[in-house]
Amino acid sequence: MKQGQIQQLKNLMQNLQQQDTTDLRDQIVSDIYARTEEIVTQTVMLPENKAQHEFDRRLDNVLTSRWLGYPIMMLMLGTVFYLTIAGANLPSSMLADFFFWIEGYLTTFFLWLGTPAWVHGVLVEGLYRGTAWVVSVMLPPMAIFFPAFAILEDFGYLPRVAFNLDRFFKKAGAHGKQALTMSMGFGCNAAGVIACRIIESPRERTIAIITNNFVPCNGRFPTLITLATLFMGGAIGLAYGSLVATAVVVGLVLVGISVTLSVSWLLSKTMLRGIPSNFTLELPPYRKPQFGRLLIRSVYDRTVFVLKRAVIVAAPAGIATWILANIQVGDASILQHTALFLDPFAQAIGLDGYILMAFILGLPANEIVLPILIMSYLSTGAMTEMSSLVELKNLFLSNGWTWLTALCMMLFSLLHYPCGTTMWTIAKETKSTKWTLVAILLPTSIALSVCFLVAQTVRFFGLV
Amino acid sequence: MSQHSFRDTHAVCTERFAIELPSPDELVIALAGNPNTGKSTVFNALTGMNQHTGNWAGKTVGSAIGRFRHQEHSFTLVDLPGTYSLLSQSADEQVARDFICFANPHATLVVTDATNLERNLNLALQVMEVTDRVVVAVNLMDEAKRKGITIDFVKLQAELGVPVIPMTARSGEGLNELKEMLWKVALGHVTPTPKLTTYSEQVERAVTALLPQVEPLVSGVLRSRWVALRLLDGDESVLQALEQYTLEHPRLFSTGDVVIPS
Amino acid sequence: MEIIPLPDLLIGERARVVSLNATGAQRRRMLDLGLVPQAVIEALRKSPAGDPVAYRIRGAVIALRREEASLVMVTRI
Repeated sequence: MKQGQIQQLKNLMQNLQQQDTTDLRDQIVSDIYARTEEIVTQTVMLPENKAQHEFDRRLDNVLTSRWLGYPIMMLMLGTVFYLTIAGANLPSSMLADFFFWIEGYLTTFFLWLGTPAWVHGVLVEGLYRGTAWVVSVMLPPMAIFFPAFAILEDFGYLPRVAFNLDRFFKKAGAHGKQALTMSMGFGCNAAGVIACRIIESPRERTIAIITNNFVPCNGRFPTLITLATLFMGGAIGLAYGSLVATAVVVGLVLVGISVTLSVSWLLSKTMLRGIPSNFTLELPPYRKPQFGRLLIRSVYDRTVFVLKRAVIVAAPAGIATWILANIQVGDASILQHTALFLDPFAQAIGLDGYILMAFILGLPANEIVLPILIMSYLSTGAMTEMSSLVELKNLFLSNGWTWLTALCMMLFSLLHYPCGTTMWTIAKETKSTKWTLVAILLPTSIALSVCFLVAQTVRFFGLV
Repeated sequence: MSQHSFRDTHAVCTERFAIELPSPDELVIALAGNPNTGKSTVFNALTGMNQHTGNWAGKTVGSAIGRFRHQEHSFTLVDLPGTYSLLSQSADEQVARDFICFANPHATLVVTDATNLERNLNLALQVMEVTDRVVVAVNLMDEAKRKGITIDFVKLQAELGVPVIPMTARSGEGLNELKEMLWKVALGHVTPTPKLTTYSEQVERAVTALLPQVEPLVSGVLRSRWVALRLLDGDESVLQALEQYTLEHPRLFSTGDVVIPS
Repeated sequence: MEIIPLPDLLIGERARVVSLNATGAQRRRMLDLGLVPQAVIEALRKSPAGDPVAYRIRGAVIALRREEASLVMVTRI
């Protein structure tokens, strides 16, 4: 086909458009529907009673009800997190026990081989330990969270969430479907950013892309869950520990949603001004989730996929951290020097130099922030063996942590810049350096301000 | 009007859509359907674990490529974004439309929801205007039964003019029949003869008036009747796509210099 | 029969589409949803916050914001 031929077609269309063809266009669509109706009338026999419609209607009367709609939403979210937190505890510590039991044998093996100490350091204390932590901290919550979430998805509940929340998104100048893309972000922000393609208007799509980062992804949940369990759950008797930790995580998610709405509002009043575009959302019939297939798919597609990515990134990061922690310059390692350098600034926002550095080194993937932090602390010689969550907490405490440190780290994790993969995805999706930069700088400055305010306020009132 | 154009499905799929095809005999099937029709269940049922999410053409929500074998043939199934229509110009709809129009798949499978054919057939009718090689799967038959809906499949097939397969993807019911039919249509053992929508008089008159001018311009690349309808529609995105595909890959889409078997 | 904008339809009421005041892509999208003249539409429920409203259109449940819905003119049946 040649340029000339296309030009002729364009001319043809232009000529047609000069006449008013709205009628004709409507007619084309109406005719297709008329044809469909004709076929359906001839071939489909509908029953007299509409039991299924009734069932859906009654369920929707509850799930999107004026009074119960929002509480049920919170309850569902809470239940999923509670199951994840309470259910992941035991397998997490079992996995950790298992991996560190293996580590003992690995060490023996390397001693037997007679390799130099640094080989053992890089491979076992760096690579193996980093990977082991990622797997044992991340695998159990993911293996629970993904299927649980997939059940809600398959059942048809997520569009109801978008339906319930649309009013708020509209007020914020954003699209109701943003609730759906946020749901995807719970799994992975990069996936959430790609999912923003379901929003047709470029303005609202850009808003959704920039703010997707404020829902904690699977790489950040383990950090939030672990810290909530250690510092917020443990404070009260064990029986309610998981419930309190759940409440904290749900609270953080709500903070994330509020920030999403505020930032969306801000953007739609400033850089992305405009009227909200058309909104059509289908509420599909409720379907019985297919538990078996769901379980397989969510483990196979999401859990293994995310874990693989985490391990691939965590392994080299483990090596890098070990090297940084073990090359001495003067009286301290590079890691210690850097942490010391960052410390005053980090303290001002409630963190410490090691935490801030872990976030910086964790840029490739949020999954590795906590492992890097643990490795950094370990390399300072505070402790040599890791096997349980209690010891993990002791490690943090011995590095001067309080509940405020945990809270600020959680807030920073929730609000800070997106991970490397997500940044790259944003650049690809927006095809704009400007929006990519906004998507990086905006969350970062919000994270810094929020942590600064929280830390200073708490300290001012002498709460820690 | 020609159906089997000379356009090489393999060349277009690999070069334009970046879909890897394992062998030159690979049969390519496009999978279309409304959102929420259990389309992905059909995809999973057909391909099992043999699939991966791809990112072909650079813009589609969770499009996936899967493979399955039937009758000694290997099939590549391309999962298109769920759409209500091929007309309304959202990114998703364009991706679906462009693949069906330009990749020239060996067959296009339209998945519909047995409990709501009234809404779903709309898309099937539109796909039939673009290509003859269409198979319609009526999925969720179990739910339809539960709701007491009965469908006259003999009549439905006669009204559409393309093969119609009732199925329940989640239990695997009708899966073999579907594979068999896809195989037959892809290899030309069965030639569907879609009963195209006859529009109201004023539309038909306008189409008839346009055809002589459109036919020589697009023959061999697209159906002239469909293009004429889109011109009346004022759908500029079709022309943009046409321009993009044919000018970027002149070798893959050329008109006039090859005799098209009819 | 009185012609009213769709948002005036009370929950539980049914109506027939008379015309669309939308243009361009928005009109196209509405047509694709099946909002063609003569189509039957039923107001099903309001979102807990009052807007959007879910309608049954050709067997599917579709939520429309007030702004969009007010572009659809209907008569009660």
